[in-house]
Amino acid sequence: MNSSENPSSDPESKEVLINGVPQDWREAWPISELLLEMGANGPGVAVERNGEVVRKAKYETTFLFPGDKIEVLRLVGGG
Amino acid sequence: MENLIPPEVPFELGPHRFQSRLFLGTGKYASYAEMRDALALSGTECVTVAVRRIPEGEAQGEQFLDFIDRERYTLLPNTAGCFDAELAIRTARLSREMLDTDLVKLEVLGDKKTLLPDPQATLYATEALVNDGFTVLVYTSDDVIQAQRLESAGATAVMPAGSPIGSGQGILNPLNISLILETLNVPVIVDAGVGTASDVAIAMELGAEGVLLNTGVASAKEPLRMARAMKAACEAGRDAWLSGRIPKKRYAMASSPEPGVLGTPV
Repeated sequence: MNSSENPSSDPESKEVLINGVPQDWREAWPISELLLEMGANGPGVAVERNGEVVRKAKYETTFLFPGDKIEVLRLVGGG
Repeated sequence: MENLIPPEVPFELGPHRFQSRLFLGTGKYASYAEMRDALALSGTECVTVAVRRIPEGEAQGEQFLDFIDRERYTLLPNTAGCFDAELAIRTARLSREMLDTDLVKLEVLGDKKTLLPDPQATLYATEALVNDGFTVLVYTSDDVIQAQRLESAGATAVMPAGSPIGSGQGILNPLNISLILETLNVPVIVDAGVGTASDVAIAMELGAEGVLLNTGVASAKEPLRMARAMKAACEAGRDAWLSGRIPKKRYAMASSPEPGVLGTPV
């Protein structure tokens, strides 16, 4: 498991927020699995957990906690 | 004959080197294919991209990045759409993770209608990202003192707007742009407001190190032809600047010799 300290998450909640949308939390749910479920496991994707970037190398060992705020982003056209 | 003109030095931005001084955005094209072709015709070597949330249930269709040749173009992620420093900093860090790049085009906006930058928040975010090891190219207004502050904060390039983003109004205050160019030591890239090719030429003739544009090409009736026009304008403006233009004079000065005109007394 990743570090158990998780100051920004809400321990009362049984949900996680994925890109602002609430989802039911479940146990043993790593970032890598979330990305697979979202079809976002390709290159050019980055993940934030409670305001901090999760390094690619840590996707499999970073597990979602209840109350986590996860952001999954990718590149789009822009100026 | 080309070899009679001293060759142009590459444009350096931190550790990055470019032959082309045109920077193109990748937004607003009718299709990814059109974007790809416009980028190629513009001769650009550095293109901006934006960072956005992956929409829920997005279909796996054509992938934006598949249409950008990473061997040919350096990707310059922006923080467009961020209205506070903290969001812009987070966006920059995410883009660094996505692209493994130190480059960021920092935008911290102050107002939705004008998309003018928030000067204080921009300065704060510049300092924070420079301290975090980023090569910061920072979008700003044409305010001369703010441009100096951003240079002092460690920006690698300062990017004053010619006019509001996407407005196509060109270079509204050439005096301010030239004052910025005169006082800054870091490269100045005119960003935003380009409507047509002459706007690029004017910016380059003022001595700008480069020009960044998006809407002027992407929303033209014929984006591919406009991309080619922008390339020519950028090269023409740069050559004109390096050539050293003649001073403007009040009265005419004949180009042909006066003596020997038919009918004049000998």
